[in-house]
Amino acid sequence: MTDTATDISSVNPEQMKVSDEVAIDIRNMNKWYGTFHVLRDIDLTVYRGERIVICGPSGSGKSTLIRCINALEEHQKGSIEVDGTKLSSDLKNIDKIRSEVGMCFQHFNLFPHLTILENCTLAPIWVRKTPKKEAEETAMHFLEKVKIPDQANKYPGQLSGGQQQRVAIARSLCMKPRIMLFDEPTSALDPEMIKEVLDTMIELAQEGMTMLCVTHEMGFARQVANRVIFMDQGQIVEQNEPEAFFNNPQSDRTKLFLSQILGH
Amino acid sequence: MSDTHAQSVGFVQKTQIPPSPPPAAETGAFKWMRENLFSSTANAIMTILGILAIYWFASFSLPWLLNGVWDAENLSQCREILDGTSGACFAVIAERWNQLIFGFQYPSEEYWRPFLAFLLLLVAAAPVLFSKLPRKMLIFTGLYPFIAFFLIWGGSIWVPVFALLGFVAGYFAFKKLEKQSFAMGFFGGVIAAFAFWWVSGFITPDLSRIIPIDLPAVPSRDMGGFMLNLILGTVCISLSLPIGILLALGRRSQMPLIKWICVIFIEFIRGVPLITLLFVANVVLAYFLPPGTTFDLILRVIIMITMFASAYIAEVIRGGLAALPKGQYEAADSLGLDYAQAMRLIILPQALKISIPGIVNVAVGLFKDTTLVSVISMFDMVGMIRGPILASTDWNGVYWELFLFAALLFFVVCYGISQYSQWLERQLNTGHSR
Ligand SMILES: Nc1ncnc2c1ncn2[C@@H]1O[C@H](COP(=O)(O)OP(=O)(O)OP(=O)(O)O)[C@@H](O)[C@H]1O
Ligand SMILES: [Mg+2]
Repeated sequence: MTDTATDISSVNPEQMKVSDEVAIDIRNMNKWYGTFHVLRDIDLTVYRGERIVICGPSGSGKSTLIRCINALEEHQKGSIEVDGTKLSSDLKNIDKIRSEVGMCFQHFNLFPHLTILENCTLAPIWVRKTPKKEAEETAMHFLEKVKIPDQANKYPGQLSGGQQQRVAIARSLCMKPRIMLFDEPTSALDPEMIKEVLDTMIELAQEGMTMLCVTHEMGFARQVANRVIFMDQGQIVEQNEPEAFFNNPQSDRTKLFLSQILGH
Repeated sequence: MSDTHAQSVGFVQKTQIPPSPPPAAETGAFKWMRENLFSSTANAIMTILGILAIYWFASFSLPWLLNGVWDAENLSQCREILDGTSGACFAVIAERWNQLIFGFQYPSEEYWRPFLAFLLLLVAAAPVLFSKLPRKMLIFTGLYPFIAFFLIWGGSIWVPVFALLGFVAGYFAFKKLEKQSFAMGFFGGVIAAFAFWWVSGFITPDLSRIIPIDLPAVPSRDMGGFMLNLILGTVCISLSLPIGILLALGRRSQMPLIKWICVIFIEFIRGVPLITLLFVANVVLAYFLPPGTTFDLILRVIIMITMFASAYIAEVIRGGLAALPKGQYEAADSLGLDYAQAMRLIILPQALKISIPGIVNVAVGLFKDTTLVSVISMFDMVGMIRGPILASTDWNGVYWELFLFAALLFFVVCYGISQYSQWLERQLNTGHSR
């Protein structure tokens, strides 16, 4: 059995879409690190309100892909359009897209010298020019949503990993993003903290946020995602609805990967 | 429940044994000495040798210090009072106090001016050093350079006033243009400030004639003594910090031209001894200037020392920037902060905190290096001692007392700076660190 990228996308993405409005449009995108070809011919259209889970073996380029979407990494070929704005080297465009797209990192990356509240109000105040008082109200609203309003005046170093990641989510939400990117948000956490973060993300999904999430939490994928994307060696190998993806994987590479992460 | 258990319970003591003091030989000073000074034969020998060395040193320095003469006109009078016994001649410090502090040319009826400037310096520095003080005090800090200049150099008040207004004009231009872009605001501000100064250059002489508010002017060449060290130290440290930050950021810039300018500047300055730069300031700069222009010597020296210190500070800060995890830059970027905001709000506060020990190290070194200006015939404290005081017939030969005094003054300042930095580090560390 050969598994080239073309004959494997088992379901036409058109059938999976939840709305007609395109949130992210990636066309024929390629990226190199020096001479190393990390991403090859990526084509991906994300519709508004979609929840997409990206999985794949380590080094397959999952992080690189979602970091290209908010221009933390530069792509060399092809095009990326976010909310109709085309990513180019123009700094104005990049800043605009970044303020529309929230991102959560594996290691939270909270600002350790600022309190939780200041972490959440910083970007609204400086980027959106929101008045301080209003920004603080918004921040408290989202901190309540992630269930840690009482920690607002502490410093990140005084919180547990799970709490820090929830603050990171709240910090992104304070910018009122239209799209959220998650890069393995739970993989640096202890098992008992994973749930509290996943719960927050599920709630977010239920509210209709457009989400792209790199994760190996397959339970989360089954429950929340309406599309699962499998990447290997810089390519999108397979994408499908979660049920079909897990129960009836098409390519050998997907089968091997699924047997490895679900098998034990 | 068995009988054995019931019986064994009987052996449990009902009352707590009151704490008893350890045996006498094990307490207090004895215990400490036995553990620390005489724990082994080798240790005991070292302790005894150490005590002997201290005794030997104290046996001649203490009488010399305690027997010191504080009141005498000159060295021979001092020797008469001592009458052959061992003793220091501190009278030179008392007699030449003003010269040591202000130099030998600053008009004595104006001593209150630098002294007042020094007191105000403490007020101006306080809110910068202690973040608990009201932030409103920073307004005074911003005004201080102009007040201090007016006090120390004197002349017409309109010169510092217009200098200040130039900065204000630049600031407003910056604020106006900043909305378009940071770079535009920055250059707009600089241009506005220079334009203002250029215009005010025509107004100042007339205005000074019409509304004369002035203090007697004291030219730069009359500055001297410890005052000169303090002026150079304060000005150069406060200028080299922002310049060092810019150089450090420039060195990490993506733009090759800016990066290479910064690299070449830093590496060149670090490869040249300060004393060479000072000679350049003294001789060579004057050679390049058109004849007839007077370019203040102190200003030239300040430029050189500032360049020297900022190159070192840049390297210290670069270390701090490199020590920050990449995630901090990415988080700032992903929130949509632009470069200036990310640096000012996220990166620099953390990088500077890491760099405090290194920066203080440079600052202390710089302050001591200000004594090097004595080799280009400026009469700072060391210059005063080596020149006018030791060369005078009255005090020819009182090296120890004078240099001891100079060492003490520098020690007090430098030790103060280092203690402050340790305190600051402790302050910044509470609860912030991950
Ligand atoms: N800055 C970089 N320079 C060079 N190569 C890089 C860089 N970042 C990532 N790579 C390489 O690109 C490939 C894809 O990396 P990426 O981080 O996207 O993988 P990933 O799928 O997220 O893996 P993981 O599950 O381990 O996070 C890897 O082989 C990695 O070694
Ligand atoms: Mg990754």
